[in-house]
Amino acid sequence: MLLIHCPYCEETLPELEFAYAGEAHIARPADPSALSDEEWRDFLFIRTNARGPHFERWRHIHGCAQFFNAVRDTVSDRFLMTYKAGAPRPDLSPKEDAE
Amino acid sequence: MSRYRIAGRGRVDHGAPISFTFDGKTYPGLRGDTVASALLANGVHLMGRSFKYHRPRGAVTAGSEEPNALIGTSRGPGRFEPNTRATVQELRKGLVTESQNKWPRLSFDIGAINDRAYMLFSAGFYYKTFMWPKSFWDKVYEPFIRSAAGLGKSPTEADPDRYAARYLHTDLLIVGGGAAGIAAALVAAKSGARVVLVDENPELGGALLSDPGVTVEGQPAWAWLDASLAELRAHGVRLMTRTTAIGYYHQNFVGLCERLTDHLDTPPANAPRERMWRVRADQVVLAQGALEKPLVFDGNDRPGVMLAGAAQTYLNRYGVRVGDNPAVLTSHDSAWYAAFDLADAGSRIAAIIDTRSEIRADLLDAARQRGIRVLQGHTATGTKGRLRIASVRVNPLRGGTVGAGREIACDALLMSGGWTPSLHLFSHTKGSLAWDADSNTFLPDRKTEACQIAGAGRGLWGYAPVLADGVAAGLAAVAALSRSAGARQFAVANDRPGSGVSHTELPTDRSPGKAKAFVDFQNDVTAKDLRLAVREGMRSIEHVKRYTTNGMATDQGKMSNINGLMIAADALAKAPPQVGLTTFRPPYTPTSFGAFAGYLRGQTFQLTRKTPIDPWAEAQGAVFEPVAQWRRAWYFPKPGEDMHAAVARECLATRASVGIFDASTLGKIEVAGPDAVEFMNRMYTNPWTKLAPGRCRYGLLLGEDGFIRDDGVIGRLANDLFHVTTTTGGAARVLNMMEDYLQTEWPDLNVWLTSTTEQWATVALNGPNALAVLKPLVEGLDWDDFPHMSVAECTVAGLPARLFRLSFTGEVGFEVNVPARHGLALWTALMDAGKPHDICPYGTETMHVLRAEKGYIIVGQDTDGTVTPQDAGLDWAIGKAKPDFVGKRSLSRPDIVAGGRKQLVGLLTEDGSRLEEGAQIVLDPNQPLPMKMVGHVTSSYDSASLGHPIAMAVIEGGHDRMGEVVHVPMPDGVKRARITSTVFYDPSGDRLKA
Ligand SMILES: [Zn+2]
Repeated sequence: MLLIHCPYCEETLPELEFAYAGEAHIARPADPSALSDEEWRDFLFIRTNARGPHFERWRHIHGCAQFFNAVRDTVSDRFLMTYKAGAPRPDLSPKEDAE
Repeated sequence: MSRYRIAGRGRVDHGAPISFTFDGKTYPGLRGDTVASALLANGVHLMGRSFKYHRPRGAVTAGSEEPNALIGTSRGPGRFEPNTRATVQELRKGLVTESQNKWPRLSFDIGAINDRAYMLFSAGFYYKTFMWPKSFWDKVYEPFIRSAAGLGKSPTEADPDRYAARYLHTDLLIVGGGAAGIAAALVAAKSGARVVLVDENPELGGALLSDPGVTVEGQPAWAWLDASLAELRAHGVRLMTRTTAIGYYHQNFVGLCERLTDHLDTPPANAPRERMWRVRADQVVLAQGALEKPLVFDGNDRPGVMLAGAAQTYLNRYGVRVGDNPAVLTSHDSAWYAAFDLADAGSRIAAIIDTRSEIRADLLDAARQRGIRVLQGHTATGTKGRLRIASVRVNPLRGGTVGAGREIACDALLMSGGWTPSLHLFSHTKGSLAWDADSNTFLPDRKTEACQIAGAGRGLWGYAPVLADGVAAGLAAVAALSRSAGARQFAVANDRPGSGVSHTELPTDRSPGKAKAFVDFQNDVTAKDLRLAVREGMRSIEHVKRYTTNGMATDQGKMSNINGLMIAADALAKAPPQVGLTTFRPPYTPTSFGAFAGYLRGQTFQLTRKTPIDPWAEAQGAVFEPVAQWRRAWYFPKPGEDMHAAVARECLATRASVGIFDASTLGKIEVAGPDAVEFMNRMYTNPWTKLAPGRCRYGLLLGEDGFIRDDGVIGRLANDLFHVTTTTGGAARVLNMMEDYLQTEWPDLNVWLTSTTEQWATVALNGPNALAVLKPLVEGLDWDDFPHMSVAECTVAGLPARLFRLSFTGEVGFEVNVPARHGLALWTALMDAGKPHDICPYGTETMHVLRAEKGYIIVGQDTDGTVTPQDAGLDWAIGKAKPDFVGKRSLSRPDIVAGGRKQLVGLLTEDGSRLEEGAQIVLDPNQPLPMKMVGHVTSSYDSASLGHPIAMAVIEGGHDRMGEVVHVPMPDGVKRARITSTVFYDPSGDRLKA
């Protein structure tokens, strides 16, 4: 069972309290009628199938009930970070503090 | 006492005899025995029959990795357990056990004919033998396999035992209470860290329990063990025995299964049988030790052939000699010590046969001193003996050739093909493994979790290096916990160091094609099967495994995986790491369903939600049905009535006068705030801006993909307040969806969402007399301004209420919401008021029939997640003028506007029979097979009001097929049915206007 850090509660809690909510940073278009069929199809159905860091949404459904974003490595199933909904997509380019 | 039991020897209690039965015969044993050790003490080696060939088998190990000695155990009615390991099950008074897979009896088994029909069962037999002819599968193959193969028989009763569960948070969890684990605990305990040490055995000590001659810190092994465990207890270390670490999950989450009562003569009443511990540890030390490998040669499965380390354990822990004149067959030094211990205990060692030509001088000396014949550079090429080994055939190996064989008489054969680290838990973490060419084993390599691996579990051998490694692991864990502890050194005397070589099959002078050299004892997989799989094209070890079933039995290949890999690699002429190792998965050993379920069974597994009116329905003898987590009154049978009669009566009574229905399970969400109407406009298809306070409207909710998600009547109580109802099963989903949009797409909207499902009790009144029943009870309502589809706050029967005027039946209808605590009072008041009108309580079945007669859909029954509003005939519910709402854009997607979509229609059979819900529909019943199915029946009922059955269905292009005949295959023949409107009753809606 994973441990997940809720950025609203600022606590690290067991996965049982949370619900997965799909890929993150896919904003609903402001005017869907302006989109072509292909653009709308992509918005609806096309998702990254990342091997490695994946930006995704979780909801602290049995806690504060807030939706938030997370970066999880799909290979190790390890959370790299979590952050509040609406915050920009974090930059994951390598830093110097490698292990 | 049997001559195989040595008085005073071992850790069993010689002053505490216990008797037990095996296959109906009573045997003596001792407190501390396992079933296997007690049977061996009685000279019984034959303990079971194998899975495919029904070959006679005996215990080959002394631990949880046992593949052969699987027995059924019974602790009384309902407490039968198959596939218990005789090597693990502790003796207790009155224990009843039986062997498995034998018929009619263990010593004479008819299924053993399978052994001679070897070709039928060789590698891939599942895929080859039983393919043809197809018709044979049901009648011949499957019954044959079921009776001939299989492991044990399932219990037939529900498990009457209780199972417990606990969470545990700790700094350090050490898995394995052998030398390495204890050493790690001894240093870590002094750091102040919370330490837990677990072991699957009844006693801590691991291999030291089987090596009493070793000296640690100047004390005999067992005295050192006692002192060390006392020290750990004094430091508050939690010591857990009979506790198996079954799985190692993310972020140092480890599952432990603790067996609490199976070893007790009389378990305390209501004591849990097992307890599942869910442990979160900051650091983990894996000190699981190593598993001995069998040698692969013809006849290596005969009862009496066992691992040398197991024989040493039976002798030193249980005081049992496994034979009077055992032979030893080995490629590793460790088996020599087993031979010495047995010789010193009075067995005459027939010979030590070692495949190696070079042997350590001290071992040769020790054998010579005991007068043991040593055959270096020899192989074994067969065994004899009907139900127990009588001799082993051995041949000299000279320069790669196998010399002439000779028979050596023996009553047991102790084999050792070396040791392989127990990598199971480490593999659960996806830790990578590295092939060690020197020892021909995989060793743990790159870690993914905060853990240390110590001792024989990472390939070390001998107590001195293992104890030192345990100290190092303990110190590393302590450092990782940002604590400190002093190092320790454990001086070891009389150590038993060792090394060895690995083999594929042992060389033989006989035809390898005729050899029954077993690799996987439990699944009856031989070396020949593995080579056949490679010849037939299997290249990956994962394919070889599945084709041969090697390693797929309940022991998960603890004994067979490495031997299987070595043989497959040899057949492929590749290095073992290139062929790969199959994946170990939890649980480490078979674990009872009860332990996983714990407290979560029955009502605590799935709670039953009940409405405030439920007690009344129960008292009336209602029949209930589950709907989502609710139990709802299904129908209210009168004496002598079956369901059909009760539902017909309820339907007719409602349409004739008035019916009353508990609708409390309806999902309810309050949408409040200055932007509530804007929010509703965006979420639901319907327009809400012009809906005046005090009015309500049917609301339709789509997913962004345009498919129907939910529906319900929504009342506007004020400009900034909506009372939304949802389907019973959809309430949580709808609220989640609303919260998602509100929080993440439209955080600018000032709206609050509150679930009020359980705050309101809801009672529906329907029928031409509904108004007459209700009206006298209502106060504070202007009836002149309360037409169909209205909502108002008022009092009903003196209770504060939200009153809806709406209909899900086509009759004049009301839904009265009162605070849940008043629900029963409201119901009773309405029942009293309705008496003059013969008010009829009805259940969900009648509700379904009445709504179907009117063509009202049930989301999730008449829709399935691929149905659009147009498909369901609900275009009218779409606010065409709205620029946007959830799902709107999808309604113009090419696939949605294309013709030929399945559309909701009514169906009436020509012969007046009732169709089955879910029945498939075809246009032409005479078309060739496979027929094209154009839709299915979604709802079907007998309609008492109409006098014939009605049905709804989704049919391709159904809206354009009105009046056409379709065909519905039913069990009693193909039915002709005519496509109609979905509105069967009162199509003009006159009754609502009454
Ligand atoms: Zn939270």
